[in-house]
Amino acid sequence: MDTLSARALETAKLRGAQYADIRIVHSQDEEISTKNGVVENMLTNETLGFGVRALVDGAWGFASSQNLTHAEVDRIVDLAVKIAKASALVRGDSVQLGPPVTSKGTYTTPIQIDPFTISLEEKLNLLLQADANMARVEGVSVRNGHLTFIKEHKSFANSEGADTEQTIYEAGGGIIATAVGGNEVQRRSYPSIRAQGTAGWEYILAMDLPGTAERIASEAVQLLTAEQCPSTNTTIIIGGEQLALQIHESCGHPIELDRVFGMEAALAGTSFLTTEKLNNFPYGSEFVNITAESIRPTGLGTFGWDDEGVPASSTPIVKDGLFVGYLMSRETAPLLGLTSNGCMRASGWNRIPIIRMTNVSIEPGTWDYNDLIADTDDGIYMESNRSWSIDDKRYNFQFGTEIGYEIKNGKRGKMLKNCTYTGITPEFWNSCDAVCNDKYWFMWGTPNCGKGQPGQVAHTGHGAAPARFRNIRVGVMQ
Amino acid sequence: MIGPERAKEILEQALRASTAEQTEVRLFAQDMELTRFANNFIHQNVAETDTILSVRAVMGKRRGIATTNNLSTDGIARAVDSAKESALRQPEDPDFPGLPGPGEDQAVQAFDEETAACSPEERAKGVGIICRKAKEKGIVNGSGYFRTGTQEISVANSLGMMAYHAGSVADISVTAMTEDSAGRAQRSAWNVNELNPEAIGDEAIDKAARGRNPRKIEPGEYTIVAEPYVADDIVFMLAWIGMSAQSVQEGRSWMNDRMGQQAMSPLISIWDDGLDPMGNPMPFDFEGVPKQRVDVVTNGAIGSPVYDSYAAHKENKSSTGHASPPGFGLDTSFPLNLFIAAGDSSIDEMIKSTERGLYIATFWYTRPMHPRDAVITGMTRDGVFMIEHGEITYPVKNLRFTQSYVKALADVEMVSRETRLIIGEPFGASRVPALKIKAFNFTGSTV
Repeated sequence: MDTLSARALETAKLRGAQYADIRIVHSQDEEISTKNGVVENMLTNETLGFGVRALVDGAWGFASSQNLTHAEVDRIVDLAVKIAKASALVRGDSVQLGPPVTSKGTYTTPIQIDPFTISLEEKLNLLLQADANMARVEGVSVRNGHLTFIKEHKSFANSEGADTEQTIYEAGGGIIATAVGGNEVQRRSYPSIRAQGTAGWEYILAMDLPGTAERIASEAVQLLTAEQCPSTNTTIIIGGEQLALQIHESCGHPIELDRVFGMEAALAGTSFLTTEKLNNFPYGSEFVNITAESIRPTGLGTFGWDDEGVPASSTPIVKDGLFVGYLMSRETAPLLGLTSNGCMRASGWNRIPIIRMTNVSIEPGTWDYNDLIADTDDGIYMESNRSWSIDDKRYNFQFGTEIGYEIKNGKRGKMLKNCTYTGITPEFWNSCDAVCNDKYWFMWGTPNCGKGQPGQVAHTGHGAAPARFRNIRVGVMQ
Repeated sequence: MIGPERAKEILEQALRASTAEQTEVRLFAQDMELTRFANNFIHQNVAETDTILSVRAVMGKRRGIATTNNLSTDGIARAVDSAKESALRQPEDPDFPGLPGPGEDQAVQAFDEETAACSPEERAKGVGIICRKAKEKGIVNGSGYFRTGTQEISVANSLGMMAYHAGSVADISVTAMTEDSAGRAQRSAWNVNELNPEAIGDEAIDKAARGRNPRKIEPGEYTIVAEPYVADDIVFMLAWIGMSAQSVQEGRSWMNDRMGQQAMSPLISIWDDGLDPMGNPMPFDFEGVPKQRVDVVTNGAIGSPVYDSYAAHKENKSSTGHASPPGFGLDTSFPLNLFIAAGDSSIDEMIKSTERGLYIATFWYTRPMHPRDAVITGMTRDGVFMIEHGEITYPVKNLRFTQSYVKALADVEMVSRETRLIIGEPFGASRVPALKIKAFNFTGSTV
């Protein structure tokens, strides 16, 4: 354990803390974005600081600072204890953390090519090649490309003896073609905002952005004159990227146990998956199996330990349609007689850890994608998220996708624009009658998940394959 | 707080360290504390001190950016070098006009010592009052936050610009929930003494208490009487999807093909004014350019978007002082000090004049579906009530809407005299009234 951490924990103990922990986080990132053939942003960012949590008189205090000096550590620990004492003035039941956490070790994201060893020129050239290929298509109004790389080194120590260090790498990127015509603004993205993972440069190379650019640009232009998505009830097949967001919003959030216990009611909301439903509620059909885990390669929720020092793990959430698990913390799990499954994460040194999704994924089914289309008489295929909205209990949702295709007599037909679908979460998942197999399954990411006050943005993973849903209301536009 | 002298020292150090042809340096310092409560007690309580230096290095028509919170000599030098290195590695952008020169100094008062010094105990006292009253009134979950702190922004560049502004922020938000209802209230100010925790709590508690046993109603078109929180959502969403010059230039804004036209009700005027102390003022933008008032909508006629130096150069215009904070996914220009003009009605008069309609407290999770028509979907939240024959008659379960916000503002029939300041996190504020809208399209219902 480094001397600053040891000093912080010792000082917290002397000031009367029953429990304390400290995270020291050094994060570096690089963002490159291009627009219409020029660089829109070429940005490097570095942030370093520490945050101290102190539990005093059964209540929490947290303070953080960028200055890693002994004097500042003393000041911040004092402030965290003072804040905890103020919390205790309006306290509920005394916080209980369950069994002590004494994890020790180091973890580094397994990567093949360190993205920070690749030159800016090489990265930029990749985006400019893709941009040039999009520019070949007449009618594209705006061409965007972006790459993001993150390296975060984090040490964690607590007053129970935990002492861990981890280095997490992330890589992400994509391109977007936007076409404007008449009163329409249509876009196609590839792979999407959700193409981000704990990975190295190899993750970007596998995308083949230049090789796909012309196709998506062409689709954006075609969408301007495509037929409007009909307003009706029908069968839909949802592509993997869109299904990843569907899982995030309608399964990932309602299984956060802090939401269930009302701790996020003021902003994020609560959850329809109340505790009496655990092991007792048909969340989906028999084809729906959903897992939360922090161990699968490239998932944005993959790590060594969470920000309470709890080791990475795997938890069944929906098993053959039955709701069986939550995302939990040390404070919330004991309230159900359980122990934490390691879902506490903070967006940086200056934020407290709160319950966040790890990798919440639908398990692959048995269908080949082509067979699934061939098996569908009448419906719509929708892919690539364009808009999303869901209520504060995660029950009533409406999503829009960038593109859709009519399915008639087992064949994919004409292109459809402005596709939307809407529903009620358990009704929707119970209407699922097919999930594609692991050949079509991909670990998508959601690098923009907002929660908490002050606000935090988390990076979460969602594995998904195309799946079919029956009798869904589509085409709500006015 | 770092103060103007220390801010200037750091910025000048960074400018001296730069060998770029032009250099812009910006400091954003924040000392923010937030006491959060749920289930009628404090469950999270946090403090943050951070100062971030951002460097924009310009080489010809190329620019690179680096940010760091490492303010040591080495840390500053690394950021300066990194920004220049990024600039050198890219092709020229013919539309980049270079950095803006110094503008006229303008200052606004938005700082209060007591707010800056507000202690965890003082915030706990305010939260304690709200939680005690919530329990007394049978609220099972009184939740929200009480935030106080300071933000400092300072911008300098190698052309001689040097600007500094300090502001304080105080903000209380309360959501009160029973088993089947909820109510919300929020007040923001830069002077904490303007906030009355008890009154804010009472507003939320009252809505939750009156919302018990809500009835499910059929979706469809309804007249709505909407609280200022709804107007805040409308104006922010219209800003997000189309008040920037960039969005208009690219043809993706709701303002496209509407500029100069009477597209909204004559009762609606929207502007951005960073100098008005009734908002959360900030006298210059994130390039250091002095802010100008921009009239986006005047008596229903669509006016002009807001400009930063880049977008302005494309049209041979001047920046209006609306360069946006980088890293938030916004267009290069963005209005952060929005106002909707007050009217001459009260909420009571709006309700009394409504034969059949809905009283709406808040919108939630609103997202654009068709940007050119500003078609938005979202949910109602924290208070929906049926209005019949000029009176609120019963609470209603939440509804999903799919509605053009431009058309909604065209259908505004009444605007309240009272306006409310709502400060966002970490940037942006609006001062907005309540609205009565003749026709609003609800497309789904929920439990």
